Amino acid sequence: MSDVKIKITDREGVTHEVDAPTDMNMNLMEVVRSYELAPEGTIGVCGGMAMCASCQCYIKSEHELPKMSDDEDAMLAEAFYVEDNSRLGCQIRITEDLEGLEVELAPES
Amino acid sequence: MIKTDILIIGAGPTGLFTVFEAGLLQLKCHLIDALPQPGGQCSEIYPKKPIYDIPGFPEVLAGDLVDNLMEQIKSFQPGFTLGERAETIEKLEDDSFVVTTNKGTKHNAPIVAIAGGLGSFEPRKPLLDNITKFEDKGVAYMIKDPEVYRNRKVLIAGGGDSALDWSIFLAEIASEVTLVHRRNEFRGALDSVEKVQQLKNQGKINLITPAEVIGLEGDEKLDTVLIRKNKEEEIALKVDDFIPLFGLSPKLGPIGNWGLEIEKNAIKVDNTLDYQTNIPGIYAIGDVNTYPGKLKLILCGFHEATLMCQSAYQRIYPDKKYVMKYTTVGGVTGFDGSKKEAPKAVVKAID
Repeated sequence: MSDVKIKITDREGVTHEVDAPTDMNMNLMEVVRSYELAPEGTIGVCGGMAMCASCQCYIKSEHELPKMSDDEDAMLAEAFYVEDNSRLGCQIRITEDLEGLEVELAPES
Repeated sequence: MIKTDILIIGAGPTGLFTVFEAGLLQLKCHLIDALPQPGGQCSEIYPKKPIYDIPGFPEVLAGDLVDNLMEQIKSFQPGFTLGERAETIEKLEDDSFVVTTNKGTKHNAPIVAIAGGLGSFEPRKPLLDNITKFEDKGVAYMIKDPEVYRNRKVLIAGGGDSALDWSIFLAEIASEVTLVHRRNEFRGALDSVEKVQQLKNQGKINLITPAEVIGLEGDEKLDTVLIRKNKEEEIALKVDDFIPLFGLSPKLGPIGNWGLEIEKNAIKVDNTLDYQTNIPGIYAIGDVNTYPGKLKLILCGFHEATLMCQSAYQRIYPDKKYVMKYTTVGGVTGFDGSKKEAPKAVVKAID
């Protein structure tokens, strides 16, 4: 098992390239929190249950991601600042397929 | 003025369990919560989801955990100020505190325990420039008294349970109910979705999907709502009321201005001793606090509440000596006169 490199653009517009572990059952929201790329309390508010959209992000690269669950789809239907490339970070598990993934955090709402 | 021994801000699992630990020490509690029901996130966000790390419960639904806590603390007769947000705090000459809510309810206690979780839940407002201009002039983010909508034209936006449930409820009261949602699919309980379908077929709910409210118009008060349907068609609808129901998001809120030391949106406490904040007499327990190695877990909140109550007791009764007693030994004596205790062993000779 190894780390993958992910580019995350924070809410201030700064891009960070971080190593995300593939062997710790982490999701993208948790990677953002572990590197403190968004203030505590503004991301992952519901803890990763696809119930708050505070980890919404825009997928900037062409990676094939896991399909959206009904929960994620429904949450995004109620969230703000939603674009066609919006996903909830908490629903994207870090795997080796995500090497080179580029994402941008959606504004806080 | 409501008077108590420990004033707890936040009626989530940590706040509720504080009542029990305080009760064992014969201290009375009163809880304030911005939500209309106790349970905090467990009731508001995920009542039907299981939790697996409550000691002794291999699996428990968040809503059931709250029900159990309410049952456990019942005999200690906690008071509740619900649906009000703790706004200001003031220290009196006798070192006790007065906490006033946004509705002006005043509470006085020698000890304040902030168990506020992620903060108070505030409605999420849609991104419309002039929406604040119409607040209380046609726009409301939650329904307090459905009667005010009698014989009015109401537009509800949202796709969750509250949007569905209120559309159903108001269909009988309002003169016209329109429900706008960005998708054709709704996320609520199946029978609510079916009921809305039924009311739509009967012409009692005007359903506009997939659509979004994109503008508000009116002089003194809200008059017209602009809706974009199917991403192209624009509809101008005359309404009296617009109720966007897009869920709630937690904000630390006024507590952030109480002079407490804040770090990472949480209140710094002394974790070597009793979870007291930088202001003596004010404690912070559960998800709302932070210290080195902090974990936001319900079970950690229970532990913090227990130690905090011991410290609060010493603060209220500095001269009294106290030795912790197991509930199995001492039983539980409620303020309502009830007493629970372990059955006595039967001593009987065998012939």
